[in-house]
Amino acid sequence: MQYLLTLHTAESGWAQMTKTDQEQAVGAYRAFTEALKQAGVLAGSNRLQPVSTATTVRVANGKSQVLNGPYADLKEQLGGYYLIDVADLDAALAWAARCPAASHGAVEVRPVWGMPG
Amino acid sequence: MSSRDGDAQARTTADAVARRSYGKLIAFLAARTRDVAAAEDALAEAFAAALADWPEKGCPANPEAWLLTVARRKLIDGARRVAHRQDAAAELQMLAEGIDAAAAASGIPDRRLGLLFACAHPALDAGIRAPLILQVVLGLDAAAIASAFLMAPAAMGQRLVRAKHKIRQARIPLRIPERDELCERLAPVLDAIYAAFAEGWVDPTGADVARRDLAEEAIYLGRLVTALLPREPEAFGLLGLMLHAEARRRARRSAGGEYVPLAEQDPALWDTAMIDEAEAALLHASGLGAIGRYQLEGAIQSAHMHRRRSGEANWSAVVELYDALLRLSGSPVVAINRALALAEASGALAGLQAMDAVAGDPRLNEYQPYWAGRADLLAKTGAHDAARHAYDIAIGLARDPAVRHFLQLRQSALKGSRHG
Repeated sequence: MQYLLTLHTAESGWAQMTKTDQEQAVGAYRAFTEALKQAGVLAGSNRLQPVSTATTVRVANGKSQVLNGPYADLKEQLGGYYLIDVADLDAALAWAARCPAASHGAVEVRPVWGMPG
Repeated sequence: MSSRDGDAQARTTADAVARRSYGKLIAFLAARTRDVAAAEDALAEAFAAALADWPEKGCPANPEAWLLTVARRKLIDGARRVAHRQDAAAELQMLAEGIDAAAAASGIPDRRLGLLFACAHPALDAGIRAPLILQVVLGLDAAAIASAFLMAPAAMGQRLVRAKHKIRQARIPLRIPERDELCERLAPVLDAIYAAFAEGWVDPTGADVARRDLAEEAIYLGRLVTALLPREPEAFGLLGLMLHAEARRRARRSAGGEYVPLAEQDPALWDTAMIDEAEAALLHASGLGAIGRYQLEGAIQSAHMHRRRSGEANWSAVVELYDALLRLSGSPVVAINRALALAEASGALAGLQAMDAVAGDPRLNEYQPYWAGRADLLAKTGAHDAARHAYDIAIGLARDPAVRHFLQLRQSALKGSRHG
């Protein structure tokens, strides 16, 4: 069953880190991805560019509205995702706990609707 | 007394009673009907009544008896309301008799052991036994238990409800098994206590309040079982094992929060009283003449302690203990730990060969200590590329940032390392 792990961290934290710490953080994410591959459960993942690059679109009454910025202006923003294919929610939660984002932000775990047929 | 003082005192007393007597009260209330959920509800209502009543009337001299009386009344009222059940009348009678008999006695008898055995009954799914014990015997709430075991709180709540329902429907007795069954039935109780301890042990600094309490609660349960079953060697083995591990808590992290492996820990930071208690438990167990898994694990921890304190290598003895443990349980985890001990005694290559013998076991795929241990041995044999990859997996599987950081430092120390 597929689960989407969305990563929510405070972007300001990154700028405040030393270069060594940043390299280590990148290494930690790389290792996490490697572990997911090794376990054969990785279905996809991506890191998103900062929220300053986000644009939000709504369409109401036939009129489109485009705003600069992310959907929700929160202290912790969506920074990336992992799509994994595991046996059950417990397994998905175990992986979420290993994701580096979980230790300085939050990882939301949500099941994906199964494919029809 | 102002109303706020009264409230505060009522709450303090209620909390103290909950802390020391929750499991006793539940065990007692549920003993005859096997309805743990009803007992919990009735006791919860009794606690609520206490917090409403005690601030005005003052705390009773015997708060446990007060709570028991109120809870029993609510239980009987609850049973009366279930009119459609054929055996309701019989149950009402059993309830009233049982609780009256105890009320007449001097204190509330300790039925917690029977409750522990019920929670670890073979008919219940193995994964729910530890959470069930924590909730029913220690009164921990489902959300805290869910967090500790890394389960969704809603799912945990449902599983606990189903387990308690099964105890009632299947008429699982809240009773200590007969002598001939005891040893066999005790094993899952000990396994459940150890599972709780292992979850608590995941938080090395004790910074996570829920986790730290879990290790403490497990040790409390371990002490309880040894007190109630003083001739069961495995119970003492488990207690010794847990105390040895817990005694090293403060040494596991440096002042700066860095992970400190056992080989580098300062024994002066270990809890001497706990170590003494552990050694006494293991000694007592050995006199009871029936070796078992927990005694062997406890003996291994004891050997580590002696080696670090004395400076004398004893790895061959540790390997022998693991040999015995492997004969008892075919667990790949034991095989891995044995391989690491073998590497210390006979060199990294010997350790790697022992590891390779079990490397195909799929249970090891996501077992972080396997990859960390493997990486270390590969590094020692000069297989740096393979070591780097194994470190990646170990880092990726680690939940604790301090462990990740430690492994990353080891990884970057490998010759020809490209990654920072």
